[in-house]
Amino acid sequence: MTDGARSATGPGRSPREVATHCPYCALQCGMVLREDAGAVTVLPRQFPTNRGGLCQKGWTAAELLDHPERLTTPLLRDPETGELRPATWAAALDRIATGIRAIQREAGRDAVAVFGGGGLTNEKAYALGKFARVALRTRHIDYNGRFCMSSAAAAGLRAFGVDRGLPFPLADLARADTLLLVGANPAETMPPMVRWLNEQRRNGGRLIVVDPRATATARQADLHLQPLPGTDLAVANALLHIALTEGWIDQAYVAERTTGFPVVRRSVAAWWPARAEQLSGVPVADLEATARALGTAGRAIILTARGAEQHAKGVDTVTAYVNLALALGLPGRPGSGYGCLTGQGNGQGGREHGQKADQLPGYRRIDDPAAREHVAGVWGVPADELPGPGVPATELLDSLGTPGGPRALLVFGSNPVVSAPRASHVERRLRGLDLLVVADLLLSETAALADVVLPTAQWAEEDGTMTNLEGRVLRRRALRPPPPGVRTDLAILADLATRLAAAEPAGAARPAATAAARFPTDPATVFAELRRASAGGPADYAGISWSRIDTADGVFWPCPTEDGPDTPRLFTERFATPDGRARFHPVDHRPAAEPVCADYPLHFTTGRVLAQYQSGTQTRRVDALRRAAPDAFVELHPDLAARLGIDDGDPVRVTSRRGDMRAPARLSPTIRPDTVFAPFHWAGPARANSVTNDAVDPISGMPEFKICAVRVEKA
Amino acid sequence: MTERVVIIGNGMAGARLAAELHAHGGDRKVAVLGAEPYRAYNRIMLSTLLAGRVGEPDVELAEAAGHGTDLRTGVPVTGIDRVGRAVRTADGDRIGYDHLVLATGSRAVVPPLPGLGSAELPRRVVPFRTLDDCRRILAVADGARSALVLGGGLLGLEAARGLATRGLATTVVHPTGHLMERQLDPAAGAVLAGTLAGLGVSVQLAVPATGVAADAAGVRLDLADGRSLHADLLVLSCGVRPDTALAAEAGLAVRRGIVVDDRLRTNDRRISAIGDCAEHDGLLTGLVAPAWAQARVLAQVLSGADPLARYRPRPAVTRLKAAGIDLAAMGDATDGGPGEELTFADPARGTYARLRIRDERLTGAILLGDNPTVGTVIQLFDRNQPVPADRRSLLLGRASGAAAAAPAASPALMPDAATVCQCNTVTKGALVNCWRAGARSVDAVLAATRAGTGCGGCRDAVAGIVDWLSHADSVEVTR
Repeated sequence: MTDGARSATGPGRSPREVATHCPYCALQCGMVLREDAGAVTVLPRQFPTNRGGLCQKGWTAAELLDHPERLTTPLLRDPETGELRPATWAAALDRIATGIRAIQREAGRDAVAVFGGGGLTNEKAYALGKFARVALRTRHIDYNGRFCMSSAAAAGLRAFGVDRGLPFPLADLARADTLLLVGANPAETMPPMVRWLNEQRRNGGRLIVVDPRATATARQADLHLQPLPGTDLAVANALLHIALTEGWIDQAYVAERTTGFPVVRRSVAAWWPARAEQLSGVPVADLEATARALGTAGRAIILTARGAEQHAKGVDTVTAYVNLALALGLPGRPGSGYGCLTGQGNGQGGREHGQKADQLPGYRRIDDPAAREHVAGVWGVPADELPGPGVPATELLDSLGTPGGPRALLVFGSNPVVSAPRASHVERRLRGLDLLVVADLLLSETAALADVVLPTAQWAEEDGTMTNLEGRVLRRRALRPPPPGVRTDLAILADLATRLAAAEPAGAARPAATAAARFPTDPATVFAELRRASAGGPADYAGISWSRIDTADGVFWPCPTEDGPDTPRLFTERFATPDGRARFHPVDHRPAAEPVCADYPLHFTTGRVLAQYQSGTQTRRVDALRRAAPDAFVELHPDLAARLGIDDGDPVRVTSRRGDMRAPARLSPTIRPDTVFAPFHWAGPARANSVTNDAVDPISGMPEFKICAVRVEKA
Repeated sequence: MTERVVIIGNGMAGARLAAELHAHGGDRKVAVLGAEPYRAYNRIMLSTLLAGRVGEPDVELAEAAGHGTDLRTGVPVTGIDRVGRAVRTADGDRIGYDHLVLATGSRAVVPPLPGLGSAELPRRVVPFRTLDDCRRILAVADGARSALVLGGGLLGLEAARGLATRGLATTVVHPTGHLMERQLDPAAGAVLAGTLAGLGVSVQLAVPATGVAADAAGVRLDLADGRSLHADLLVLSCGVRPDTALAAEAGLAVRRGIVVDDRLRTNDRRISAIGDCAEHDGLLTGLVAPAWAQARVLAQVLSGADPLARYRPRPAVTRLKAAGIDLAAMGDATDGGPGEELTFADPARGTYARLRIRDERLTGAILLGDNPTVGTVIQLFDRNQPVPADRRSLLLGRASGAAAAAPAASPALMPDAATVCQCNTVTKGALVNCWRAGARSVDAVLAATRAGTGCGGCRDAVAGIVDWLSHADSVEVTR
């Protein structure tokens, strides 16, 4: 086995070992789990993404397996006391099925909604989408990936006809003469990836980082562009303007492989560098140096991440960088290209197999009649019974409990109370539901609001597949079964489907026995069905088997046949558009949804720290990580702090029109004096998302996490 | 009835207004009448065109088209009938309006010199203003070896730089004592002249021109000091004058420009003016940024999106950025009033900076040459934001107040609490303890502490600490 994978040693033997991947980010570092006398340790593993590296989150991942706060029994809210109390599975599932039935009878099928997560395996994401459409028959399903890279997904789809985060293997980064990272901070978010950046520079390459903060990644760069938050689009247009005036456009490529360039050329004529400089604060000389490094490189790669994407103009911002890449002839040229750094563990696979409001498995559109026919055929239901498209996550959360909006929500693998924008509003919406069900391994802040909490298995207790940031499908392997009292998400969905079917009126088309057969609990069986459902779609998994993954360091989609090749590099011959050409789209800068003003004079931006992951439900409970990053903080420039009378470590309050957060001040001369930053991993008073703006991108539905207007004062 | 908006002028201001109106949607009809026979183009890029770096298609701007926008190029307007609310065009058309916008721009000033008196300029003498001017200059420059530029303002220097890039020996003749005297002080002007000399542009200062003589063989420029300069081409860059002829004929209030209020309205409430031809609050602009700001405001007013929108001028930033030249000038950097002044000059490297600060705000700045803070300074000035407490960072620092990257501290001086491996939060103290617990090689220390197992960037630092420990401990042992 070339990826160093070892199948699990037999049961009852000690020590037991299994080769799997880290539960956290989209890098999906290879690791070995070893269980010896009940204790589980993590060992790094050579895999083509992490090459034996692990960050502190990966090293300590196993600490949650036997964590004292682990949920091992369902919880039901006591109607008398209002408290969550342990309950049997039968009572919990009955409560859910009864509640769903009553709500749907009264208010229609769409009155029940499902909210998924980018951490779920492909099998679970697929089953969840199918459960929503077939068992609940609701159009309302979406997931937290909407907060993550949906803007890059939409930009990739409209330019290339397909969305795969990296359309080339990660290893290509090491060979790029110039690498431009836009709003990406892998030194904190996926540290082992930085090995590729180090190698790139050892090979003589140049690293250029665009970020309003001098992050750990930006500090390593040969050149750091530090724009005002919300001006990345103008920077990209100016870079393309310079490439035009300097003659660095790949005219032959533009002519043969793209459409729409003349319109874009005229639109960027209006972005002469001095204009972008005045808006963004990035000196013209630096813009020129960046354009030159990209335009004259033999191999150049442009990567965007959340900093470019989490804006109400995120799709257009990413498109501006895609336009630049296309004009320079990068996508599809070996060793060059454009890519998006996906964030969540299965952010890529999670968006391909039916968790998205508008999509069916295989990255098919739910409003495409042919796609509906195909998937309905695999599911054994009439195509006209499949619901239509629902609404994106932010809109869905905002509609909960409102007249006409869903009255019940089932949450799997997500903690929107911490991770959603304008979180206090979301919290109020969740409290307004008739029924909130949360499946999680720990009592997250969202689970704490639920009527029913279902304890689920962890990554080391389940088999399945994940699709990493490269579009490489990997095997997650179980080390041991879940503890007593805990069920897998697949088992929960099967149990619920059976109960819901049993409650159908006599003679209904969905007897309980059929329902059980439709929702298998064995992930291998689910994956086999996923392969059939995805066959022929853009994200075609038909040729990917678990055994093939085992023998080949993972398999890159699309992979339509078992004996045919997979696709490490997309676009080498053609793009996934009807005419095979990539499409340019003219895009223009527009101001942030909420400009600064006299009452809220500062820009607020959010992000991540190394030792925490997402909403922190898991990582805040790991001792070593808590010691490394115990609390939230508000990063601000010493000059700003001095004007506000704030010293390092003082408690400060950050207030927007939507709410406030409190955390200690952390003074840093490397942030712009007009901008403050806070990480979003914490809950309660330190919740950064109490402050953020829920204005969304009109195309992707991505919220504007990266910029809003605030004032700051000593708390 | 659908409202009809007629815009006279398809330049930077008129085309922008049409695009803004288009973006607002609605069912109004917009007619754009451009006198020039071209698509809207970016005047700012003409010097790049002159330099031969781009072709004509590259300077075209995006245009509003369709959805009620009627764009006619090569259609000069000959008159305005305010009573009948219609404009007359050179091709005899009569176009009615509910609202008329004058975006007629400005014309190059031809100085009243002997030899330039006739209506038609000699072939070798060309102003630098329009795409047609550019074409004429390029036609003469083709095969030419030398050029004169009369006028050392921003546009003249851009033209000179473009001609020099094409390989022409270029001389700028300027009547006053230093270049760009409206934006620069004498010291900055001298540094700029030095920079230009290095780029193949020579400068004749403080010498007015007295006459021009041109024929098929060349052009001669006579100077007040008795000298005459000879070249193949003479480019005139002696300023511009708002094109107010139509407005004046129609009886609108005109001073230097067409007088407008905060809503960009003339004294006829159905007629507005924007851009170079407009005079707001006694001031002409002559720059793109205010013209576009005016277009945005007028579009908001005319579309009804924000009937209360008002044009508020912002202080202008003059920027000259071409290969080898980096100049930014804003506000008044030379007023000797109260406040602070920061200066830096390194004439040998062509760098000069002068900043005026009052009440913690920048009131003016000149930055010439390699000034890494230029983006920050422009933003602070443009947004009227407070300057850094550490004033030096305005001249020298990149991120204001940022300390220079600290050199790697020697292991002996590094505090125990210092984090060596960020990815796994390993401190120097933890590495030392690991060593004392028996790990005796870099690999052993890395394996035991997990340092270096994330991004791998700290491996050299860990190796340095292990090396230091091996020496420090051996010293202890021998003692």
